[in-house]
Amino acid sequence: MSTLNTCPTIPRQLSMLAVVIGLTLGLSACGDDDDPVTMTPTPTPTPTPTPVTYRYEVSVTNLTHEQPLSPIAVVLHESGQLWQVGESASEALEMLAEGGDNSALLALDMVVASSSGEAPLAPGASQTLQISIDDKDMALMSIVTMLVNTNDAFTGLNGIPLSELAVGQSWTGTSFVYDAGTEANSEAQGTIPGPADGGSGFEMTRDDVDFVAMHPGVVGSDDGLTGSVLSHVHDFDNPAMSIRITRTE
Amino acid sequence: MKSYLSCTAGLAMLMAAPVYSAQLSIQVQNLTQGIYFTPLLITAHTPDISLFNSGEAASSELQAMAEGGDISALVSLASGLNANNLENPAGGLLAPGQSASGSLATDDANSRLSLVGMILPSNDGFVGLNSWTIPTEPGTYSVYLNAYDAGTEVNDEIRGGGAPGEAGMPVPPPLEALVGTGGTGVASSESNSTVHIHRGNLGDDNLSGGSSDIQNQVQRWLNPVAKVTIVVN
Repeated sequence: MSTLNTCPTIPRQLSMLAVVIGLTLGLSACGDDDDPVTMTPTPTPTPTPTPVTYRYEVSVTNLTHEQPLSPIAVVLHESGQLWQVGESASEALEMLAEGGDNSALLALDMVVASSSGEAPLAPGASQTLQISIDDKDMALMSIVTMLVNTNDAFTGLNGIPLSELAVGQSWTGTSFVYDAGTEANSEAQGTIPGPADGGSGFEMTRDDVDFVAMHPGVVGSDDGLTGSVLSHVHDFDNPAMSIRITRTE
Repeated sequence: MKSYLSCTAGLAMLMAAPVYSAQLSIQVQNLTQGIYFTPLLITAHTPDISLFNSGEAASSELQAMAEGGDISALVSLASGLNANNLENPAGGLLAPGQSASGSLATDDANSRLSLVGMILPSNDGFVGLNSWTIPTEPGTYSVYLNAYDAGTEVNDEIRGGGAPGEAGMPVPPPLEALVGTGGTGVASSESNSTVHIHRGNLGDDNLSGGSSDIQNQVQRWLNPVAKVTIVVN
């Protein structure tokens, strides 16, 4: 995975600071008279800094053969991670990974801004989402979506730092497929929410290893999993999604 | 003129043998959901040697590691070539999703980093890093590793031994309950006897029969299988 392009960002806060300092100096000069006259200070409006908006455009492409991606969730946050390999999945992640429902993830406390696709992203299709925040140049971006013809597979990026991305610059990368570890990969009828099955999504019960890991891949009926509703057409490999993040403002 | 000569001589020496050493903190994470790693060998060595090369036959030392998880012969080999070794940082098997860490002080000229460890269950699969150039600039670096096939044993995917040349998969205690029995064998011959990217486990869904003793729902993988985080101090 490539790293962020290193390039000096425009020091907007610095120039803002210079303006504030200039105002403060001007004020103290006013009170610098010889006679200690009590002056009613003219109410000086506190300079309201113009909010600096950081706007990003996120373009993703579904690289799989026959794994539609659930509505893409893009979130900005200042700390934390949506998942960690080797650790138990949050319930919000479980809901996304088992059923493609990103609403709980978007509503997490850590989320500062979010954007979501309206509909699933078909194999081979691309989509561009917009997201922005004000006055936070240290944001992390996470992107997450379910491979819907699976039990609990998801792909995405986890906390990509955006602080070094200048206006007009892009970050390009791809994403691996993870297994939420919350639902056994039975591939059985009724357990897969995507069009390959039309089964159920999120179930509270955890009947798998209960830690997030890289996904072992689809087995399917062709590779001998009895009762699997999946076949070789649902196979995927890493990576599953290509991603371009461009800072537009 | 004299000073110019000594200056160029110094430069030539620098170019011929870059002399530096590094203090590395290394963390290896098993990214898989159901594959174990046997004791890992992490070694810093000179650019002219390697533990394995894709497309080339495995050494007997690599074979012992890939078929049975025994790194002792590779350790001897590397030590004899003045490598700096970090052996078995997990203190045994590295379970799925788990991490192991250690420190490695590298000597002059040991500018390449390699890592190997057998993957279980498999016949002769191993996770590998081959001669990664250790950065001279301090920082944190991440490398994702793939699973290789040593090309020395048929991938029959049934229980057997871990001694070099012995058929079948070694099944140490933690895997005893996870690996099936009674498989008839997935393969009886191999067409590629060189080190190559592992084609993956096939497995089956029959723990007491079928063709494979590997469980197809949990003991397959897609690359990468490991993440190595290296801090150059």
